[in-house]
Amino acid sequence: MIASLALILLAQLVGEAIARGAHAPIPGPVIGMGLMFGFLLLRDSGRLGLPRCLPKPLTDGTLENTARGLLLNLSLMFVPAGVGVVGRLDLLRAQGVKLAIVLVVSTALSLLVTVLVFRAVAARVERPGPDGEP
Amino acid sequence: MSGDFSLWVYLAKTPLLWLTVTLTAYVLADRIAAATGRHPIANPVLITVTLVGGVLALTGTPYPVYFEGAQFVHFLLGPATVVLAMPLYERRATVKRALVPMLAALAAGAGTTLAVVIALARLLDIPQPVVVSLAPKSVTSGVAMGIAEALGGDPTLTAILVILTGIIGAILVTPMMNALKIHDMRARGFAAGLAAHGIGTARAFQVSEVAGTFAGIAMGLNAFLTAILAPLALHLLF
Repeated sequence: MIASLALILLAQLVGEAIARGAHAPIPGPVIGMGLMFGFLLLRDSGRLGLPRCLPKPLTDGTLENTARGLLLNLSLMFVPAGVGVVGRLDLLRAQGVKLAIVLVVSTALSLLVTVLVFRAVAARVERPGPDGEP
Repeated sequence: MSGDFSLWVYLAKTPLLWLTVTLTAYVLADRIAAATGRHPIANPVLITVTLVGGVLALTGTPYPVYFEGAQFVHFLLGPATVVLAMPLYERRATVKRALVPMLAALAAGAGTTLAVVIALARLLDIPQPVVVSLAPKSVTSGVAMGIAEALGGDPTLTAILVILTGIIGAILVTPMMNALKIHDMRARGFAAGLAAHGIGTARAFQVSEVAGTFAGIAMGLNAFLTAILAPLALHLLF
């Protein structure tokens, strides 16, 4: 558990350092996600004999379980910022109704266009037949 | 009475109290959401925020005092983003096969969001600085605030609009996709992550792990693309 957390934090820390250093428009944690992905690829390729020198929790599924635990409660992590919104709703008062219209309409259209384009392109590129993931 | 008061003053000063309130409210909200069969309207973020906001209002607690305790939960957003790598890794074959539809949907979705936001805002006569704060609203809050600030908007207003967008998207996505009879969880998840960033991703993980995986990818890609497109779109459409 601690080894898993340490690795996750390390990935974020390095990601953050890269993002700041390179002034990249990508958030540090997203770069950290890429680094973690790279780590998993390396670990399972077995090329460097990595599984033997890694602490056991990083290879026996503990890392994956820690990840699952965090992702299952992703909603919780938006609460502190969300509570801040309740306190600053006065900022919306001047343009409240208009902003509500913009938010609802644009979010709905954004969902609609994204899903339709995904489906249309997928139908074109993918061979007919079950894809395994309906 | 004064004894009770000094206990309150003591507790209110430590992170323990507000951390406990946040977690308890979330457990309660999660129970409510589960009891409704994870109905989209019973959004756990929305319920928890309402509960905690109520407690803060009743006790007259200022937000910065609350955040002292809640920051530990807030901090976990970063690690939670990093571990999106795990479902992505487990499903890398599925993701690789869907690369072309993903990139097409990303370009169309990010472009549409910006164009619709800016066009609607113009139509409704929303002042320019507010439009700048609105433009990056579908992007995860850290990046959105950075974009707004760089373009001369108000980052605090952006953060509010981002959270509201996330909640709206998370509530809309399931009924909308069901009405459209779209059962491809990859497409549904990707749309949720693109339009409603992390809150949409949290919703997608509740529905299916495939949807959650694709939502996470969409969230990451959209942060990148919108950071590039937002200044261009504002320049072109204003």
